[in-house]
Amino acid sequence: MLHIVNKSPLERSTLDSCLAAAQPGAAVLLIEDGVYAATRGNAAEAKLRAALAHVEIYVLAPDLEARGMAQSLAEGVKPVDYAGFVELVTQHKNCQSWL
Amino acid sequence: MSEGKVKKIMVVNRKAPYGTIYALESLEVVLIAAAFDQDVSLAFMDDGVYQLKKGHQTKGIEMKNFQPTYRALDDYDVNKLYVEKEALQARGLCAEDLCVPVEVLTAAEIGKLMEEQDVLLSF
Amino acid sequence: MSPYTSPTSELQKPNMNFGILVNEGPYTHQASDSAYHFCRAALAAGHQIQRVFFYHDGVNNATRLTEPPQDDRNIVNRWSKFAADHKVDLVVCVAAALRRGIKDENLAAGFRISGLGQLIESSIQADRMVTFGD
Repeated sequence: MLHIVNKSPLERSTLDSCLAAAQPGAAVLLIEDGVYAATRGNAAEAKLRAALAHVEIYVLAPDLEARGMAQSLAEGVKPVDYAGFVELVTQHKNCQSWL
Repeated sequence: MSEGKVKKIMVVNRKAPYGTIYALESLEVVLIAAAFDQDVSLAFMDDGVYQLKKGHQTKGIEMKNFQPTYRALDDYDVNKLYVEKEALQARGLCAEDLCVPVEVLTAAEIGKLMEEQDVLLSF
Repeated sequence: MSPYTSPTSELQKPNMNFGILVNEGPYTHQASDSAYHFCRAALAAGHQIQRVFFYHDGVNNATRLTEPPQDDRNIVNRWSKFAADHKVDLVVCVAAALRRGIKDENLAAGFRISGLGQLIESSIQADRMVTFGD
């Protein structure tokens, strides 16, 4: 299953809600303001690192670049472009956007 | 209408009623999905649990009270309503505070149900 | 850092049909932009877009009265062009549209107004549904 989170972890609790529901083997894609969670030094970094033990975490690179954060990508998070976003959706049976 | 295909569609409600329109407009989707004979379930998580809190009284804010629609869902054969246990606890609520019978599940259990769906609609 | 990572899988279907739900209007939220770029990438990869359904404030993506500044993207026109170039079905929910004053008389090219049934039909017919919202 693919989970999509689009808000900053310090603005909304959607990342927390997502990680509480995500099952082992799922993938989480951070897009739009959600990409901040995947940056070094963000308050969500430890939480994300812990989550990497059972889910894959991806970040939409164009959104990271737009926000000047491309050089701050947290370890273990895989950047994808829109083509990669499409691929993630095709590879997972379904997807949930945590709005 | 549905060409006989039945999909498992879960509508995920995570927002409180009245502060935004998502609760109301999501309910409208549920009714249409039921009319298409789909396998519809509803998940209420985070502030979405407030949608079901008994006793909405909207006269003072002059907005339509759509809570009766939740009680009518059973008439449309929509009776799989899942409410997040942690969300209730964090808000000082329990199942008895809600306007309809629900199944209380943990976020992880709802997450397992999500995995089984064909479609997840969020608003 | 590679800008593109390909998740490994042998189960990829070569040609998928996507249903897209856009819950927010142009400019205020990034939802419409994200949906648009997703759709472009999907078509570029050889997939199809079954329908883009606009709900809630998403119906505001269909106003032909839009006049954004010249030095930025024109979201409404971009959707109209996308529909024309690729024959993609752009549907605006009638109930949500009426609430927000979007009618045939001010509807942008390439959009059509129809019922929520079109969203459910999309959910039934598409291989995948993706929601973009707030």
